[in-house]
Amino acid sequence: MYLTDEEKRILDGGEGPGKQKAMEMLYALGLTFDAEKLIPIKRAHVALSGQEGDTYWCELLVSGGATCAVPPTTNPYWDTDYLTKFYDVTPEEFDLAKRTGDAYRKIGAKLTYHCAPGVCTNVPFFGEHIAFSESSATPYVNGALGARSNRESSISALAAGVIGKTPYYGLHIDENRRGDLLIEVDADMKECYDWGILGYCVGRIAGSHNPVLKFRNKVTPGPEDFLYFGAEAATSGAVAMYHMIGVTPEAPTIEAAFGGKKIPTAAAVITDKTLADEEATLTANTGDINLVMLGCPHYTYSQMLEVERLFKDRHVSNSVAFWILGESGAVELAERSHLRQRLELLGVRMVGDTCIDEPCWKSFEGHLGLTDSPKCAYYRERRGQPFAIRRLSDCVEAAIKGRLD
Amino acid sequence: MADDMKVYKCRKIVKGSGCGEAVVSTDAMCFYLTDPQTGVVIERNHAIHGKSIANKILVLKSGKGSSVVQVDGFYQLWVKNNLPKAIILRDTEPVIVSSAVMVGCPMVDRMEGDPFAEIKDGDYVEVDADKGEIKVRKKS
Repeated sequence: MYLTDEEKRILDGGEGPGKQKAMEMLYALGLTFDAEKLIPIKRAHVALSGQEGDTYWCELLVSGGATCAVPPTTNPYWDTDYLTKFYDVTPEEFDLAKRTGDAYRKIGAKLTYHCAPGVCTNVPFFGEHIAFSESSATPYVNGALGARSNRESSISALAAGVIGKTPYYGLHIDENRRGDLLIEVDADMKECYDWGILGYCVGRIAGSHNPVLKFRNKVTPGPEDFLYFGAEAATSGAVAMYHMIGVTPEAPTIEAAFGGKKIPTAAAVITDKTLADEEATLTANTGDINLVMLGCPHYTYSQMLEVERLFKDRHVSNSVAFWILGESGAVELAERSHLRQRLELLGVRMVGDTCIDEPCWKSFEGHLGLTDSPKCAYYRERRGQPFAIRRLSDCVEAAIKGRLD
Repeated sequence: MADDMKVYKCRKIVKGSGCGEAVVSTDAMCFYLTDPQTGVVIERNHAIHGKSIANKILVLKSGKGSSVVQVDGFYQLWVKNNLPKAIILRDTEPVIVSSAVMVGCPMVDRMEGDPFAEIKDGDYVEVDADKGEIKVRKKS
């Protein structure tokens, strides 16, 4: 792997131990994936989490004197000012949240606290080379937007932000972006929930390949649909790039999607029945619920409006908390337009800057929760709350009844 | 006895060496879905659900899932001394590599022969990343 004299000096510690650590990370990845060199980037996104692992890494770089050459946007942890009005955390948990904010401020990150940067807070252009972590953001920027990012971890994306460069391998290179697996879809894609279940099926089949989806019926996915699809394909598998023929920018035709290579026979045909079966394996739980949690990935303003429409002025059961986790700009818009106030009268609360996988939600653990996101259910399991997964309209009905049948 | 051990070449990803009992995961793993106190895999429907990876030689298909909780999974096992002694990867992907780099967990890939055919649960395995060498003694 070729390094310039300046890059070698950083690797040897000539610009301090923080930048050295960051360069060691990029160099290790470059060697592992046979990168020929590093290339400059102007955009990065760090999947900050407020967990000890990623905060440790940011503090390690900060204490070694590193700051970001390219200020990355960041994922959420949790809104400590607002949510401590409702829920208790231990002093250690509160301290970790404070440490996280402090460390990322010191390193010079742009604290957007939003997990879907490609949708609105850090939108790359077609063909742009970037370093984006957050498993749902990477397939979005590659597949839906045609920007170029590898499946970065939070720590490699932060290293890229510090150095302002990323190793040139994988999805930065044309031939690695082409499809290598064909999946036919003959199913009715009604709303983003269906795209999520489709993504879960596709991730299981594709693993870390680049799936090409051929739809029997014409589909016109929007931002939330792409987001749900990619989030789930990167939960059940490690999909970072995909094509949808006639839909995504690098797949105007099936030939383009496969880059002129021989088009394989379909590895799978996904039908309404496949989706229903997948849903059944994911959603076995029923019973009394104590929480409905939406916003993994973060809800957009349109999704918040849809929640209001489905409630039809009915009220959340007294035994249920109903939380929408949104992009902070969307929460601000909801406040200005009084959507937030109207939803609060129905028992629906919203919060910005916050992830589902945080200690502030622990009072709900041990009981059944309900979400529209398989990703939410998957990661909450570790924290001891089983979740049922249903489409939004079913989540709303269950919230009103206090029970999922 | 070293002479009953079969030797394979491999490629270093993260330097270091380790030896111990093999645990083989034919499924990709998200390390966050392990219990940091014991190293036991808690992901339902997973190939090694219920088995511990702590201080073992982990033969692993690949990494998967979130780009940050994988990091925390490694970190939590690291501070509790429950990381695998070394990891032999079949399909290499960036998130698991950077996680292993951060905590210095010895890691190799490109094993000569298919690791799933050459190594089974309970075999005794020595991994020397720096030499690019894996030694396997079959379980008797």
